[in-house]
Amino acid sequence: MAKVEDELGRTALDEEVEPTAAAEIAAPPEILAESLGEYIRAWGRRVAGGESGALPVVLALVIIAVAFEIWTQGLFLSPQNLVNLFIESMVFMTLGMAEIFVLLLGEIDLSAGYVLAVAAGIAGLLVQKPGPNWPWWLAIITALVCSGVTGAVWGLLVSKLHLPSFVVTLAGLLIMWGVMLVILGNAGVVSISSHILVNQHVLYQIVNGNIPPVAGWVGLAVLSLLFAGITISRDFGRRRKGLVAPPPGLTILKIAFFVAAGIAVVAVCNVNRGSSLVVLAGVPWVVPIVLVVLLLWVVLLQRTKFGRYVYAIGGNPDAARRAGVSLAAVRTWAFALAGVTAGFSGILYLSWQGGTSTNVNGGQYVLYGVAAAVIGGTSLFGGRGKIAQAVLGGLVIGAIYNGLYLQGVQVQWQLIATGLVLVGAVLVDTLSRRGTLSGSATRI
Amino acid sequence: MMSPVPGPESPATGAAAASSLSPAAPPLLQLRGVDKHFGAVQALYHVDLDLPAAQVTALCGDNGAGKSVLTRCIAGIHQPDHGEILWNGKPVHIRGPRDAADLGIEVVYQDLALADNLDIVQNMFLGRERVHRGLLNEDSMERAAAETLRNLKVTTVRSIRQPVASLSGGQRQAVAVAKAVMWNSKLVLLDEPTAALGVVQTRMVLELVRTLRDHGLGVMVISHNLNDVFQVADRLAVLHLGRKVAEGPVADFDLQSVVQYMTTGSAHR
Repeated sequence: MAKVEDELGRTALDEEVEPTAAAEIAAPPEILAESLGEYIRAWGRRVAGGESGALPVVLALVIIAVAFEIWTQGLFLSPQNLVNLFIESMVFMTLGMAEIFVLLLGEIDLSAGYVLAVAAGIAGLLVQKPGPNWPWWLAIITALVCSGVTGAVWGLLVSKLHLPSFVVTLAGLLIMWGVMLVILGNAGVVSISSHILVNQHVLYQIVNGNIPPVAGWVGLAVLSLLFAGITISRDFGRRRKGLVAPPPGLTILKIAFFVAAGIAVVAVCNVNRGSSLVVLAGVPWVVPIVLVVLLLWVVLLQRTKFGRYVYAIGGNPDAARRAGVSLAAVRTWAFALAGVTAGFSGILYLSWQGGTSTNVNGGQYVLYGVAAAVIGGTSLFGGRGKIAQAVLGGLVIGAIYNGLYLQGVQVQWQLIATGLVLVGAVLVDTLSRRGTLSGSATRI
Repeated sequence: MMSPVPGPESPATGAAAASSLSPAAPPLLQLRGVDKHFGAVQALYHVDLDLPAAQVTALCGDNGAGKSVLTRCIAGIHQPDHGEILWNGKPVHIRGPRDAADLGIEVVYQDLALADNLDIVQNMFLGRERVHRGLLNEDSMERAAAETLRNLKVTTVRSIRQPVASLSGGQRQAVAVAKAVMWNSKLVLLDEPTAALGVVQTRMVLELVRTLRDHGLGVMVISHNLNDVFQVADRLAVLHLGRKVAEGPVADFDLQSVVQYMTTGSAHR
């Protein structure tokens, strides 16, 4: 921020040249490029300049897959295991989504793991018979509302009383751990694996039930058409109106990538992973369900005022305050939504395990959630990140967890491996942030 | 309410320019005998100041002369203890930034208050987003932002969808100014707009200040840099230890006399 004297004409001229070069690295290539070739070249410059986007996490995923495939002698990439991996990853993905809401504000929620455990306990207990025997949907809603209220309480403590979120939610971790032990009582176990009781069965089927293979293909076709239609009408519409739009080639590439990924997932899931006698095939219901939640949160964060304010507060709280944004309200809502999403991952956990117990390690789960978000590319320092990044991050965590488990590696090594990956992700985040900061310092 | 800055040929601009030329019309904003103290410290003593439309008024003064306090009184952050503020000749009470914005007064602070992670459009509409059926109306906001920048002749940014982090200092200043003037503002206060800028970027910002004036807006520039002041200002006012010691057309001053007013409170010729 050194004040440049007027006489130093040369310095000023250098400055004039630099912003354009720096802008090419700091600005997303799709807004500057006019053609696909230009986009790829701009993207290459960005990667070379340290702004690598989703590249490291995709590379990490490929390396992990190849390594485990060799190590497990073909077991890792078998259709049966890949479906298991998807299912396991769903809990990490949704916990990652929960964390992204608060990470975008530059806050953290350490209680999410035990909020998951309490939500699983509440939903599980409410469908017991003898017992409350509530309808499955009411049990889910109750668990989600309780989780949301919990998150809102942390949010109020953080935003109204200005307590650090780290401490508030650390206390929250202990409180929710205690609450979980209280509600699960002396037995300490709840099971929902009854096939006769409808309400338990529906909950169980969320993760363990499969969409019939044909319906899976039809669903994918409908989804692909919707995605293509919306993407084309938006991108080409903006281009026609003379607004900033990605190059047409990129729009087509995006759609092709979406369809290819969808076909891969459906094809893998539709392989019979049972036996020749008992056919077990189809996309687990949890996949489209998580996709819907993802879509909801993407719209909320990218397309509404609330989402815009979350990013603004994460980027510059003073600017947001002066623009008339109510920081306390936005922060409280973000914590509440993080709570709801953590509660949702609790429902998935309950369904996946066919029950829950006091053995749920909420402390480990929350760290996996934060790791999924950060590995996906969300910044710990606020303002940078996208909810969809939790999907890639969750897959990385799920892949490590699943691969080491397949190989019979003991839990201590799983913890160490996941920890190392998390450190690596934070390192990438910090280094890229430092790169951006020093870049802007030379520009000013 | 959300119309961008009128173009040079629009009738509104002509009217504003005409009113500033006719001697009968009162200046856009007038301060009359404004006092402000904080505890025992008297920050402003009976300050009179005129800020006419379609003119650039420079406010000069050494550190602690009261420039910031004066700005904040106009912006509604502080309320004067005595004296009055006239807007188009009528007394007004500016009780907060909201009141100032409602009158058409916008302040661009030195730290600019931009969110680095948001793009230019998002920053310009922060807090006043256009919404269509609950969702942000990006197309409409992008068009309005682009038009405002075009009217202000800000042409150096490559894409208005680039994050503010990727802009140069001068471009950021331009975005902050564009953000301030796109809400039908009539008076813009710029706090040290050229501090920390290089020559080329300073020239660009001064050009922007002239464009605002040509659009009929009243502009007050607070600056330490007297070179810039003499390049861009039509009128000049000097504060010294909370008192206004000089005010008038810029032709009545030279560099030496302004420095004397700033340091001693009077000029010896």
